[in-house]
Amino acid sequence: MDIDLILSMANATLRLATPLLLAALAGLYSERSGIFDIGLEGKMLASAFAAATVAAVTGNVWLGLLVGVIVSILTTMLQGFASITLKGNQMIAGVAVTMLAAGMTTFLGQTWFSQGGRTPQLRGDSRLQQIDLPFADQLAGVPILGPIYSEVLSGHYILVYVAFLAVPLTAYVLYRTRFGLRLRAVGENPKAVDTAGISVTMQRYQAIFITGILAGLSGAYFSIAQGAGFGNEMTAGKGYVALAALIFSKWRPVPVMFTCLLFGFLDALQIRMQNVDLPIVGQVPVQAVQALPYILTVVLLAGFIGKAVGPRAGGVPYVKER
Amino acid sequence: MSADNEKQQRPDSAAARPGARSEWAIELEKINKSFGAVHANKDIDLKVRRGTIHGIVGENGAGKSTLMSILYGFYTADSGTIRVNGEPHAITDSRHALALGIGMVHQHFMLVDNMTVLDNVILGAEDSPFLNKTLSRARQQLIKLGEEYSLEVDPDALIENISVGQQQRVEILKALFRGADILILDEPTGVLTPAEADHLFRVLETLRAEGKTVILITHKLREIMAITDEVSVMRQGEMVETLQTKDTNPEQIAELMVGRRVLLQVEKQPATPGGVVLEVENLSVRDRLGVDRVKDVSFSVRAGEIVGIAGVAGNGQSELLEAISGISDPHSGSVRINGQTLDMRGDDGAARARRAGLAHVPEDRHRMGLVVTFEEWENSILGYETYPNYGKGAILDSAAAQAEAQKRIEMFDIRPANIKLKTANFSGGNQQKIVLAREMDRDLEVLVVGQPTRGVDIGAIEFIHKQIIKMRDAGKAVLLVSVELDEIRSLSDRILVMFDGKLVGEADPQTASERDLGMMMAGVEQAEAAE
Repeated sequence: MDIDLILSMANATLRLATPLLLAALAGLYSERSGIFDIGLEGKMLASAFAAATVAAVTGNVWLGLLVGVIVSILTTMLQGFASITLKGNQMIAGVAVTMLAAGMTTFLGQTWFSQGGRTPQLRGDSRLQQIDLPFADQLAGVPILGPIYSEVLSGHYILVYVAFLAVPLTAYVLYRTRFGLRLRAVGENPKAVDTAGISVTMQRYQAIFITGILAGLSGAYFSIAQGAGFGNEMTAGKGYVALAALIFSKWRPVPVMFTCLLFGFLDALQIRMQNVDLPIVGQVPVQAVQALPYILTVVLLAGFIGKAVGPRAGGVPYVKER
Repeated sequence: MSADNEKQQRPDSAAARPGARSEWAIELEKINKSFGAVHANKDIDLKVRRGTIHGIVGENGAGKSTLMSILYGFYTADSGTIRVNGEPHAITDSRHALALGIGMVHQHFMLVDNMTVLDNVILGAEDSPFLNKTLSRARQQLIKLGEEYSLEVDPDALIENISVGQQQRVEILKALFRGADILILDEPTGVLTPAEADHLFRVLETLRAEGKTVILITHKLREIMAITDEVSVMRQGEMVETLQTKDTNPEQIAELMVGRRVLLQVEKQPATPGGVVLEVENLSVRDRLGVDRVKDVSFSVRAGEIVGIAGVAGNGQSELLEAISGISDPHSGSVRINGQTLDMRGDDGAARARRAGLAHVPEDRHRMGLVVTFEEWENSILGYETYPNYGKGAILDSAAAQAEAQKRIEMFDIRPANIKLKTANFSGGNQQKIVLAREMDRDLEVLVVGQPTRGVDIGAIEFIHKQIIKMRDAGKAVLLVSVELDEIRSLSDRILVMFDGKLVGEADPQTASERDLGMMMAGVEQAEAAE
């Protein structure tokens, strides 16, 4: 193992963990407020499609990002309206939103661009650029820290930095602010919140608004940063993997980050291991390697989180007695 | 919500409230509230005098909690006027009530279990978007309030780690922190030990001495007599009468509550116990977390006697009941009926216990005794559905089952007398009678009853008590577990006291004083510390 390999693996880990982290934090706000969110995947897809479409048509990536986030917020509000105001089943609302997004993106993509559901290739300013952190080149020569700074931390899309900054911010909001206190309370015992004179409905809508923003950023990352355009089902179940990461970390922001990094690392490993001869077994089929992160998800969910108790009021619409 | 309300909610604005001179803290006029077809409050008038403790009594379903929830803004009245300190207000939500200085301690605490005491106290009463300032102010005020009213709690303890008595203190502190000067308590003593209840009453007296107004909802007449200045009686959604406590007596209040005279003392002949029927030997129960809930418990019940197990809820009674009735597997020890050891392993332990002649009325009828979405007759055979009386093989003879249910409805005076009615639509007392009828109306050796009258109105309590005594007089062995000390004392022929999973003492109901029992129930060492 040479040093370059380690550095490039670390770099790829950050890059691949980012959409998971944004999505898992999105889920955290929703689920902490008592709304189980199985529709993350749908919001991400919708945002990925909207962002790529607007970026392709206008040539402005920032406009694309903005519209992606707005579409994700609207999708979240639709799901929220069903599960908060109409007190519908949260699982079904989430599944419905995901199916709606999967169908609509393909349909609209084909109708508008006639490229089998894809959006046109993004080039130049219609795609997010990687950012070099200040002094990255100058510091590259510093032993140990230099390469880490310039090779691993520097040179990512802005959303990568946003995602990792969102972690301490979320921790602060959750544990040190009025909003966070009420958010945690409403997911545990909405009646206590109601009798304390706070609107349960408003509190939950505020929470899922943030969910919409973060899920939108996560979705857009796929189509205007990591990729150069939208392709069918391009989020590839990452919304569910993020949900698994959220559960595995017991709905806590910092553990969420580490879990997402682990998943990101596995993803990086999976890419690296394709077409590599391993000792004894030889070349492992690509599909088997690609399945690794998903297999880990199942193993983690089934085996290691037996005692993961989520927000106690999660999944239950709030209805006053009778 | 307007910023105005936000401001009013702060405790320091309490003094600035208008109309603080009015003689009446609360005046309710012609309050009506319906839930679907149920008219829960009918033209209720109520006046609560400032600086007094005002009791509200009534049977379950009389509309007490509904009325107070309206005052607290949890429900909105269909019609009627609310005046607080002489000023009319349309209280639309709890925030509004809190702003008017009304605080409520609910029967089921409104606390977030995995948050700290401090977090719970400030929830909804935070000064600013950031918590630091609120937290330090609240910490100081909590300590001050705790000393002032002897309501000390550890501000940093998690709610799930403190006792129910402590949790109730947090609820009271929550209200005081918000500057409440009218405090509503809904059945506050149901979960407390006698010593804790006494302490609560001293706290309420302190509050009254400071000019605060207390509204106490209860169905325990003793508490009304002991602490209130005035008492209002409700019956079937209507306000019957408001009396000066010193001019009345428990019999009069009880009569007003049920609309006829009831016997508070259960009439029974001395027991004539026969041979030993139920034997429990060295029984231990360990829960899933590996904690011993029942520790090496041994006792026996003879034919024709009622053995009562007293104790504060949560001291292993529930686990003991579940082990004896075969619902959960004991860790060690045995249960014998007429000398025959019960095989309690596996999921069908309860069915085997039943076949051996053990009838079980579970503590929580909703969780274990009934499927409330079933029709009455279906619940009437639940657990016995495979018995030959109700059909052969897989086919249910519903005609036979229904005929039997009809018979039991008459026998146990279950109202309404409709076997096709959904069980959820029966009142608590009648639901309990459905369970009792199912378990008692068959050939049995041992009757095991948990909390027979929990959430049951006075009329039904009397009936249920009589049925239990009838079983005893018919020569059955009866094991009674209840957290109501009065019930244990009036029904039992022998009292066993359970504390921390162990049987800590035996007492004779005729001679044991409530204080002695209370000390045993609190664990003797603890009781000494409290004295």
